[in-house]
Amino acid sequence: MQPAELSAVDLVTAVRQGDLSAVHCTEAFLRRIEALDGSINAFLKVDREGALASAARIDERRRAGGPIGPLAGLPIAVKDALCTANLPTTCGSKMLQGFRPPYDADTVRRLREADAVIVGKTNMDEFAMGGSNENSAFGPVKNPWDLSRAPGGSSGGSAACVAADMAPVAIGSDTGGSIRQPAGLCGITGLKPTYGRVSRRGLVAFASSLDQIGPMARSAADCALVLETIAGHDPGDSTSLCDEVPRYTEMLEQPLTGVRIGRVRDHYAEGLDPEVARGVEEAFAVFTAAGATIHDVELPHAKYGVATYYLIAPCEASSNLARYDGAHYGHRSSQRTGDGFESPLLEMYCRSRAEGFGPEVKRRIMLGTYALSAGYYDAYYAKALKVRRLIRQDYLDAFRHVDLIGGPVSATPAFRLGEKTGDPLAMYLVDLYTVATNLAGVGGISFPCGFTRSGLPVGFQLQGPALAEPLLLRATDRFQRLTDWHLRRPKAIA
Amino acid sequence: MTSAASPTAEPFTTIVGLEVHVQLQTLTKLFCGCSTAFGSPPNTQVCPTCLGLPGSLPVMNRKAFELAVRAALALNCRIAPFTKWDRKNYFYPDLPKGYQISQFDLPFSSDGQLEVVDPKGAFAPRTVGIVRVHLEEDAGKSMHDEAAGTADTRIDLNRAGTPLCEIVTQPDLRSPQEARAWLNELKLLLVYLGVSDCNMQEGSLRVDANVNLHIPQPDGRIAKTPIVEIKNMNSFRSVERALTYEAARQWEEWQATKVEMGRMPKQTRGWDDPAGITRPQRQKEESSDYRYFPEPDLVPVTVDEPQLARIRAAMGAPPTELRRTLADRWKIPAYDADVLVNQGRELVAYFEAVATAVADGKLASNWMQQDVLRTLNERGGTIGEFPVRPEQVAEIIGRVQKGEFDTSRGREIFAEVLSSGRPVADVVAALGIAAVSDDELIALCRELIAANPKIVADVQGGKEQAAAGLIGQAKKKNPNANPGKVRQMCLELIRGM
Amino acid sequence: MSLSRQDVAKVGMLARLALSESDLDVMTTEMSKIVGFVSLLAEVDTASVEPLAHPLDSQNVFRDDLPQPSLTTSEALQSAPRHDGECFLVPAVLGESGAA
Repeated sequence: MQPAELSAVDLVTAVRQGDLSAVHCTEAFLRRIEALDGSINAFLKVDREGALASAARIDERRRAGGPIGPLAGLPIAVKDALCTANLPTTCGSKMLQGFRPPYDADTVRRLREADAVIVGKTNMDEFAMGGSNENSAFGPVKNPWDLSRAPGGSSGGSAACVAADMAPVAIGSDTGGSIRQPAGLCGITGLKPTYGRVSRRGLVAFASSLDQIGPMARSAADCALVLETIAGHDPGDSTSLCDEVPRYTEMLEQPLTGVRIGRVRDHYAEGLDPEVARGVEEAFAVFTAAGATIHDVELPHAKYGVATYYLIAPCEASSNLARYDGAHYGHRSSQRTGDGFESPLLEMYCRSRAEGFGPEVKRRIMLGTYALSAGYYDAYYAKALKVRRLIRQDYLDAFRHVDLIGGPVSATPAFRLGEKTGDPLAMYLVDLYTVATNLAGVGGISFPCGFTRSGLPVGFQLQGPALAEPLLLRATDRFQRLTDWHLRRPKAIA
Repeated sequence: MTSAASPTAEPFTTIVGLEVHVQLQTLTKLFCGCSTAFGSPPNTQVCPTCLGLPGSLPVMNRKAFELAVRAALALNCRIAPFTKWDRKNYFYPDLPKGYQISQFDLPFSSDGQLEVVDPKGAFAPRTVGIVRVHLEEDAGKSMHDEAAGTADTRIDLNRAGTPLCEIVTQPDLRSPQEARAWLNELKLLLVYLGVSDCNMQEGSLRVDANVNLHIPQPDGRIAKTPIVEIKNMNSFRSVERALTYEAARQWEEWQATKVEMGRMPKQTRGWDDPAGITRPQRQKEESSDYRYFPEPDLVPVTVDEPQLARIRAAMGAPPTELRRTLADRWKIPAYDADVLVNQGRELVAYFEAVATAVADGKLASNWMQQDVLRTLNERGGTIGEFPVRPEQVAEIIGRVQKGEFDTSRGREIFAEVLSSGRPVADVVAALGIAAVSDDELIALCRELIAANPKIVADVQGGKEQAAAGLIGQAKKKNPNANPGKVRQMCLELIRGM
Repeated sequence: MSLSRQDVAKVGMLARLALSESDLDVMTTEMSKIVGFVSLLAEVDTASVEPLAHPLDSQNVFRDDLPQPSLTTSEALQSAPRHDGECFLVPAVLGESGAA
């Protein structure tokens, strides 16, 4: 069997048992990247030499009888929003073109210590702002199921590279759905853990109170394997949770008998694609067959999620992105006219930022700056924080009656590239089903639950209470034992 | 221009409020493990966090928070049970994140006070209200080198992220002199409690002042001049000078324009120390829109009573308490206690060692003020570096008490111990100082009486003070002769004649 | 809800984004639309609701005052657009006031 066809769990086992060398495994994926990425554009940087060198070191150590880490030899692609000391980190922006962080993100450090092999950095919407990957300064990613369609975003590169078997596992980040939505549109499994479960240190900040790193893979079992490594307390992140990390991989076996899954009526409002609605209903039926019970629940403020999100996230972003001003790193404009600027410094700031940021990033910076400015704070930012509390309370209330909440991850399957680029607001609505999870700080997972007639994946989302990752993974794993949607591969690129 | 030196003579009252930033005495910065040591080469004490690199995160320094609470407790502030940090957003190249982590609406402390008393009574005791004390990070340093002919500004971020306590007072001060004295008291307090070294040269204490005038009008109304904020004052002396200048300037302006507060926005002026004047500083129109919002990278801090008790216990006595304690314990005047305490904790310990050894506080205090402090001031340096140790001073005083030699002889010995660094006993021996026996002394007195019939006649005529002439002569003949004893013996001998 | 070009220009300056005349037109239209959309929140009754700035309930996270190694100066300056080996170099700051 080709390494690219094996699951992450099988790859790690094969390397550990000596059936497969890390170098051989890495080469297999690098070959696929070389063959396919020209048409998909999932990678911003492929670190061929670095990957092969670390794979060789792992093989050598294993052969010498030395200890090898839990992810030994597992190729992994990392979203370009995570700092890597030996690789450029652009966050999909011209602003950071050529930027080399002097440190590794905590997640990257953990992956390296676990002997995972980082094969490259994946494409993304600029500064993780977007739902289609069309906001990347380095060109959009194509959906491997249909190259004329968007892979979703912002972790579109990570989703597409896993869907096209260019890496068995990728790391994404999710601020309002950026792991779950592209996972859904690309037919893979993506987990957004509870806020604080994975350290944010070294994750280029978009909206600090919403950002969370998570694994993207072909199955829940593979996500569980990676989460075991990247989750855990980081004393360098004040918002990192201290709770012990469970052995997710060992908690998948228990059946779903008696697990209560909530279904939200409002999720089926107009705008939900009928093929998606059908896929979601069939998924509920699978869970019922697995022994779970389905219950109607209310999330009365969910309909305010997108508006709340599009105030809080831009406000935080306007501040988080203030550091990109051309002074200490990143793009600096060489244009100096002196026209209308009080000082050369002010002109440098305004021009560097105007040149370095793309339109969507600028829009959000403008919106956040406006909503925080004198006279508007209470009407917008403070108001959004209050609605945020109501949204979180909805979840707390719902999780008194059910263990998980299920539903669609996106209203439609993958849309065509360019279809929504002219209308920012239409693009914001792709986050309809995902933003509330981040606002509430809880966890969510998405995975394929069917395909449209035209062969596009349909995603299902489960959300759970804080630190319910074991149950989210177990429920998804159970679903994947009963179905084979997650095993289907796109024909377009095979 | 009108002189504002004597507040009572002015047709106005100067109203002053201060905003003080002090650097907390920590080893590391507020949010990262970089050193706060002063004077290192540029950009050698920086890391991803204080450089504001993408993805970097802050974690609060516990010591910084505790020192800040210590300062607030010493300023009699109310400590908030719940406090959080906020981002103050503005662009400046010495602020690499584009925001300063500070405290906006929920500072950790508020509503305090600190009294300043002038021991010489130059002004009535003044209690100054503290609006708030909060904890924030410092910015880096911008250096604009015009001399080198380059238009570039150089940025050193070593200082970026250094923990600062911001102390904001009510406008309770009523003269430049009071402001200076109050700042001295504040500095003393913070140094005593180990909160800050308050070294203004190294920027660990910075002061901005808000000043305006209250001018009584013929109709009984009080006219108030527009408030001016003064920046760039780099010593307490310049604070006093700048406020004096500014009060006079505002008085002149008032007389010319009669413009009152509220009719123009708050003005900022910079103090030009060599020129001795304040100059207007340009303010950007939108500079005040800092778009504060809660810092999402930090979590709130709660403080409970047991925690406060622990911090209080580790604090030590503040200067006001120490002044009272010293005055009571050693029976010394308030003025003495004030002088001693104002020199700092080490000097107080020195004094107490001397006073304990000689079991006489007043005597020890006299020696401290007249000998130790005077010489220390002449020599410079700290009491810790002073070559004469407290036990040596105590030994000299003890020998004076025993009558081995008199106080002026003791001073000579002190000076010799100071310059030679030799033990007291050696110096005494070297100077040929030995106790004079009573027999020797009687012989000496007899000799003097015989040689001075005029003085003897005066004393016999009732003018006992004439005996002083005999004492002077006795000192010349034998420097070790105790003047008191000589006087007493001479008088007895003359009466017996 | 609609914003004026002047509002948008002022926000652009606060955000340090150079906006051309045509940028201003587009941004004014788009921001008005988005602000109109988020104004939907006005209909939510939040009279007795405390703001929730953060999903975590944790408090009192500190580190000890222990020095950690800093970067070298060359690491610190490695991505600087301009530096002199010691300091970051930026165009003259003339006319702007420093840190609080």
